[in-house]
Amino acid sequence: MTTHAFEITITRKEGLSDPEGTTAKKALHDLGYGGVGDVSFGRIIAIEVEAKNLATARSQVEEMCMRLLANPVIEAFAIEAVT
Amino acid sequence: MTIAVVVFPGTNCEHDIVHALDLAGADSELVWHTETDLAWALGVVLPGGFAHGDYVRTGAIARFSPVMAEVERLAASGIPILGICNGFQILCEAGILPGALVANRDLKFICKPVYLRVESTDSILTSAATIGQVLKIPLNSYEGQFVADDIDAIEDADEVILRYCDPDGEIREHSNPNGSTNAIAGITNAARNVAGLMPHPERASETILGSNDGMVMIESFVESVRRVRV
Repeated sequence: MTTHAFEITITRKEGLSDPEGTTAKKALHDLGYGGVGDVSFGRIIAIEVEAKNLATARSQVEEMCMRLLANPVIEAFAIEAVT
Repeated sequence: MTIAVVVFPGTNCEHDIVHALDLAGADSELVWHTETDLAWALGVVLPGGFAHGDYVRTGAIARFSPVMAEVERLAASGIPILGICNGFQILCEAGILPGALVANRDLKFICKPVYLRVESTDSILTSAATIGQVLKIPLNSYEGQFVADDIDAIEDADEVILRYCDPDGEIREHSNPNGSTNAIAGITNAARNVAGLMPHPERASETILGSNDGMVMIESFVESVRRVRV
């Protein structure tokens, strides 16, 4: 068994309103950054999983995202192995 | 006729709903979230609060509390299940009701009475009301904005039971306090035995509280529990 580290990025699904992103975009425009387009906020989760190999650990993390860490109705997620 | 009122760590509206159910003549019992046998219950309420501290997402951890497998089983068997505020969020997370609740449009916690228009009376929450009836009910939430990946399916199936409106019953942009899609405040499931809403009918159960408009919903729910045949 080896410990595998991952970084999960959870973002709001496209098409859903993101009031925090919209507000930040407006504030950036007010600060003079006129070139700012869409801004969206998300969350990063750092997680360590003990498993026999990277593929097994990754598939477990995927399952965790589907079941608990993300809500597929409103969120998308990306998993990156950290070395 | 006994109704189970589920208490998670962080639930804080359980005594309010017990009182409102009592006013409607129904017996209820508080049930801790580790309970795994609710075979005795003819109805279930998931009350408001902050189950498991709202960690991860509202309702995300609560949906895996031991009691929820039993709630899912009862929902599938046709027992009336009502989710109020955080209870609604938990039912959505569990997939017992469609959609999800996200942060309010203006990123503000909203605590004020709002007006709701009854859109369908074919639900355990609105059967004693009339279509178009306007109810003044307190709203008390941060994650109250209803969204869904297939809103048309919910609308086409007539699963929207309550919408935010003005006191005259008209739905206008400013009468939607949290930006909910199509001003949706409450929905039911396809089998129409499960309902969820963000506002708190139990906080509008006596005139001394400013409104007793919530009692028509509480009475609808109690009536649906009375009709359960086991």
